[in-house]
Amino acid sequence: MPAIPLAKAPQPSQTNPAQIRNFCIIAHIDHGKSTLADRMLGITEVVEQRNMRAQYLDRMDIERERGITIKSQAVRLPWRSGIDGQEYILNMIDTPGHVDFTYEVSRSLAACEGAVLLVDCAQGIEAQTLANLYLAMENNLTIIPVLNKIDLPAAQPEKFAQELAKLIGCEPEDCLRVSGKTGAGVEELLDQIVKQIPAPVGDPEAPARALIFDSVYDSYRGVVTYVRVVDGHLSTRDQIQMFSTGVRHEMLEVGVISPEPVPSKGLGVGEVGYLITGVKDVRQSRVGDTVTNYQRPTDKALAGYKDPRPMVFSGLFPLDGAEYPMLREALDKLQLNDAALVFEPENSAALGFGFRCGFLGLLHMEIVRERLEREAGLALISTAPNVVYTVTDDGGNELIVTNPSEFPDGKIMKVEEPIVRATVLAPSEFIGAIMELCQQRRGTLLGMDYLSEDRVEIRYTLPLAEIVFDFFDQLKSRTRGYASLDYEPIGEAEGDLVKVDILLQGEKVDAFSAIVHREKAYTYGVMMTTKLRELIPRQQFEIPIQAAIGSRIIARESIRAIRKDVLAKCYGGDISRKRKLLEKQKEGKKRMKMVGRVEVPQEAFIAALTTDDEKSKEAKK
Amino acid sequence: MAPVAASSDLSFYIHIPYCVKRCGYCDFNTYTPAELKVESSLTEISHSYIDLMMREIEMARAFSDAKTVPTIFFGGGTPSLMEPADLGRVIATIADHFELSPDCEITMEANPDTLTLERLKRYREAGINRLSIGMQSAVSHVLQVLDRTHNPANIEKVVGWAREAGFDEISLDLIYGTPGETMDDWRASIEAALSQDISHISAYALIVEDGTKLAAQVRRGEFIIPDDDETADKYLLADQLFHEAGFEWYEISNWSKPGSSCRHNVAYWKGANWWGIGPGAHSHINGRRWWNVKHPTAYRERIEEGHAPMQANEVLTEEEMAREEIMLLLRLPAGLSIDSFNPAQRTALEDFVAQGYFEQDPWEQGLLTLSRSGRLIADRIVRELVL
Repeated sequence: MPAIPLAKAPQPSQTNPAQIRNFCIIAHIDHGKSTLADRMLGITEVVEQRNMRAQYLDRMDIERERGITIKSQAVRLPWRSGIDGQEYILNMIDTPGHVDFTYEVSRSLAACEGAVLLVDCAQGIEAQTLANLYLAMENNLTIIPVLNKIDLPAAQPEKFAQELAKLIGCEPEDCLRVSGKTGAGVEELLDQIVKQIPAPVGDPEAPARALIFDSVYDSYRGVVTYVRVVDGHLSTRDQIQMFSTGVRHEMLEVGVISPEPVPSKGLGVGEVGYLITGVKDVRQSRVGDTVTNYQRPTDKALAGYKDPRPMVFSGLFPLDGAEYPMLREALDKLQLNDAALVFEPENSAALGFGFRCGFLGLLHMEIVRERLEREAGLALISTAPNVVYTVTDDGGNELIVTNPSEFPDGKIMKVEEPIVRATVLAPSEFIGAIMELCQQRRGTLLGMDYLSEDRVEIRYTLPLAEIVFDFFDQLKSRTRGYASLDYEPIGEAEGDLVKVDILLQGEKVDAFSAIVHREKAYTYGVMMTTKLRELIPRQQFEIPIQAAIGSRIIARESIRAIRKDVLAKCYGGDISRKRKLLEKQKEGKKRMKMVGRVEVPQEAFIAALTTDDEKSKEAKK
Repeated sequence: MAPVAASSDLSFYIHIPYCVKRCGYCDFNTYTPAELKVESSLTEISHSYIDLMMREIEMARAFSDAKTVPTIFFGGGTPSLMEPADLGRVIATIADHFELSPDCEITMEANPDTLTLERLKRYREAGINRLSIGMQSAVSHVLQVLDRTHNPANIEKVVGWAREAGFDEISLDLIYGTPGETMDDWRASIEAALSQDISHISAYALIVEDGTKLAAQVRRGEFIIPDDDETADKYLLADQLFHEAGFEWYEISNWSKPGSSCRHNVAYWKGANWWGIGPGAHSHINGRRWWNVKHPTAYRERIEEGHAPMQANEVLTEEEMAREEIMLLLRLPAGLSIDSFNPAQRTALEDFVAQGYFEQDPWEQGLLTLSRSGRLIADRIVRELVL
């Protein structure tokens, strides 16, 4: 039997690096990574059949529901190779699949020597597959191409083996064929992992260096830090130090995940496991940082550490103003486990007190929002997502603008916005539609390649602002769902951007301001003024609604004064009902916001500002 | 305090929940034979139903210590579907248990299709002395949208018969703002009504109520609800033409020749006491409102078991009564005096006066009378005052 009972397998801190193989699985969403991981857990008998549950490693409810992996895990799998009969330790590091979490993905990759590139051979290669593949190649990983879901009737292994081979530069017959569902080919895959992926290399005598590739807050145990030991050794009684902060910590516990945490004496070169240091804040245990020994510290950190920067911002306001403290508490709690989430208090004349939050991307934003609504039971208004601009005014001063209302009023020298490199994979029949969409969104074509006769990869640079709202939806609907999208930030570019304000009876309403490209300003102005004309009830005077850039009006609507506001019939049977309606309206008035003399119901703000979440959530899957 | 009818008075509202056909816009508590799934003829229904109502009148007698009945109103549904003799029995029973005032006003709503000279004479003999006829419009295509079956030409005939049968107080009901009705159509209807020998007119803006056939048609796009401003203009036209013809407004939707206002309805607005008999009927006595179960079968069951047919009630707080007072009395000319308002409210009133929503002369005498434009936005004014 290839499986080795855990107790008999090579033990942590006593394992010969030559017996270790560190690998991850790279795959597009839904291509079966988690199922394959399940299968591996089962075959190595790390999880007994009766304890197995689908997608075992996906811990968060949301992940399981949406079938996606957000947090990384690292599982130690003992395996006896079918090729040479020797015992090995395979460390499977499960990576988040989505582009929002690219930083985490690349850290996980740095913990591995090899990657299993998994492609659903009924779907084919998707944009994310590629994106992660390039990342893996940049990290010099050995790639093992694997075609999954061969059990499906729609599977086309030959076709995709060709594509895959061309992509990686190997032969089609080198592509393994497996089914995560049935288990076919999985044993062979494990053997190939042993055979093809190099063993980790490091100096056991050198000062300890371990890379943090994940950091998770657990309410019982505090922060659990996942590490890959590169040099030296980490033992239970050590005092360790974080390279970036220099802070010393006690090592309370060290061990491996198999697949539940198993404490050990320590971790040696090439091993992957976890540390518990007693810290309560993930920001003290940062992904990408180097852990070293306090008494004998290293002077050279492992590959550069960088704070993940938020790309997308959105205002979050509680629907009921009284729940503001609850929202703050919930955000604090989320941040314990999500070092990338940033937020600060914001006050809107229209929506009251809330927070301006920064996210790594749209998926990150949706997940945070969903967690706030579900776990904290909060009803939220979120304003349309916006990006961060760098505005240079006439005096040469640079201002970072995360909120349209921070946009300076005076003369501007230039405005810079974040841009991304986007990769779209789609059937070639949609080339025209895709190019038209990207052109509309101020994109610049970088290039186009045919992956096969009927599939094409198109690359564009696009302003991030053009992607954050409904680009993905549009892409999907213009390609009948076939296109896939991946993007990465590539810095900032100057843009002809202006701030559009919305005024009611001459008063600016801060919540409705937006920073848009000059060419889109008119459209935005018309859209908002039209929307507001429908949402704001008629009042005793005419209400002009204007969109303006600075002092220049670019769009105008008007709400006529109301002339008829009376119930014709009021007889015996109507009185009670009419009085109750009056009382209800009295309550409703309390929820009115006054903008000058104009009464604007709360609902109008919500409708005008809330992003169309349902559609984009559906499309994301 | 606004004048309230002496509390030894008790008016009666009698609800007849039957119609031959349901009009497209109607959401009243009424049932067609098909909806009731009854085999009996309307005569039989009329008969047995009246028996039930007698019992409720007895309950009213037991509950109330009122002496006099100043007004009785038969509403519906289609009261003119009931046999005159049966309605006569109701009036007689009330007269037996209470005392009808010497000038007791007894109104019956009628559908023109159900009336003949003969029948009208019998209603008059039974004691009905005021008639309210549902005319709605003089224009065929408008009647069609409203789903009314009668021929507009019938109105003139019916009014003539009513006069001949001895009715001095005759009222016509009109509806404006129907989809497809032009300003000319409306003018034509007003003129047709005014050319009849009547003493009272009511005119209502059509409201598309949820659950009606008309609402479904609007939803499907078959009809488009007319613009509010146009409907406002129709009200103004009506008020002007009624005024020119000698009918003065005594409530937002009601005009009459001097001395011919409907005293029963005025009782509602002035917070008087009345008892509502029949399915779904509302009542009010001394700050307590209640309403009966809606379905005729449920009503029957309750009465037969000897229980009050009340569905729910509310006992009004001081605040609620004050709100109702403003809400109702504002609808009448000189219904409210400035004295009833606090300084904050008076400031709001001054604002409205300055905008021309109240008549200047009454205001100077300390009374509130809505101007024509003020009547159009009466609800808004009430909302401001009540807040």
